[in-house]
Amino acid sequence: MIWSGLLIYYANRVYKIDIGTTTIIKFFPEWFYDALGMRRRLAEGMSLHFTFMWLFLINGIIYFLYLIFSKEYKLIFPHRKALKEAWQVLLHDLHIKKGLPPQKKYNAAQRIAYTGVIMMGFLMIITGLAIYKPTQLNWLCAACGGYEAAHIEHFIITILFALFFLIHIIQVIIAGWNNFRSMITGFETKRLKPKENERTNLEQEED
Amino acid sequence: MKEQIWSKKKIRNRTIISFLVFFAMTGIAYFAWQWLYAQPEVDGALKPLRKMLIQNEKIFKPLVSQNNLVKTYPVEKAEKKVRVNGWDGIETPLDPNWKLRVVRKSGDTVYITLDEIKKLPKTEIVFDFKCVEGWNQITHWGGAKFSDFTKYYKLDSETQMEYVGMITPDKRYYVGIDMPSAVHPQTILCYEMNGKTLPLDQGYPLRLIIPVKYGVKHIKRIGSIFFSNTRPADFWAEQGYDYFLGL
Repeated sequence: MIWSGLLIYYANRVYKIDIGTTTIIKFFPEWFYDALGMRRRLAEGMSLHFTFMWLFLINGIIYFLYLIFSKEYKLIFPHRKALKEAWQVLLHDLHIKKGLPPQKKYNAAQRIAYTGVIMMGFLMIITGLAIYKPTQLNWLCAACGGYEAAHIEHFIITILFALFFLIHIIQVIIAGWNNFRSMITGFETKRLKPKENERTNLEQEED
Repeated sequence: MKEQIWSKKKIRNRTIISFLVFFAMTGIAYFAWQWLYAQPEVDGALKPLRKMLIQNEKIFKPLVSQNNLVKTYPVEKAEKKVRVNGWDGIETPLDPNWKLRVVRKSGDTVYITLDEIKKLPKTEIVFDFKCVEGWNQITHWGGAKFSDFTKYYKLDSETQMEYVGMITPDKRYYVGIDMPSAVHPQTILCYEMNGKTLPLDQGYPLRLIIPVKYGVKHIKRIGSIFFSNTRPADFWAEQGYDYFLGL
């Protein structure tokens, strides 16, 4: 969706961040389009976007329903002390402080980040529909603050998704093999009795 | 979290199976993408994507309602420097004896002058004109409602058909529009912009303003209008764009 979104965005590449009259960041520098060969492909971008949107929408709905009915949301949605604990996780990850608060499957910072991503997915659908059908769904477009606002929101959420993905990848690399394996297999391992019995491992199944 | 005691062998086997499934899914996604781009094009769009665009049209067309109006603005909000974004169909010199040619269902043709169209009740609209490229501009237009036009010229049986086609006099630009959008109360045969005669680059003498569609459907310098139950040819839909382009 980001790829086809960029093909569409190229046709009207106007967003930038200015401070006063100086442009700090231009979305995107011209070399970026050349490097990825994405010039003048609007029609292709639109047809891809309006086809694959269904895949992401349906997948999103199934995931969300699963989260609710399996009660897995209890492991993801932030708990009461989440903000305070997330701060401690951040300090720990930046090597400012040692020690982590106790956690279940995900720590507080993960809970906030993952819940945020789910909400971003939801907002993506809302702002996307507002841009797609601003007249027939005019109430939705108005709720987003209008047509132009919906465009900007859709764009900002995309940038946030890209940033989330980047940090996510870095964190996975730092966390190491056992964590990465758990993402694919659904289980994490730890030794039953360190150094005593090499043949048996204690396994935690994530549920 | 459930804790279980597993042997090293079991852990290894489960890991291998999971990773095989993971790589298989990645492979399927890769080859599906390759397959997609190996498909033939239908009107400039890859066949499966074109099918999906047509499917989307079926899903979203029922939303089109004569009661859903495009948001309008006060005249002061209208842009004075109106963007010109397309010259297809208006590059040939304009015939000074221009008349609008209307082809009836029976095949008879009627020629209508601009003065005759100006006699119909005038409708003005200030709305946010939206281009398929992504830009938009609040602009002010005036003309005769398409639905008033069809009533006055007794084109009632024609408006029972599914589509309207419009072509420039040089036949180089053409659009096809579904009837519910064409007879929408905000669709006008436009001859004025910002309260003055339409400029040449904005489609003088007569253009279409159809706020429920993207800009590409707002054909400039209409030469002839016809009605059909099959899709009339559409300039941009032949080049990979969606035919419907409804907003």
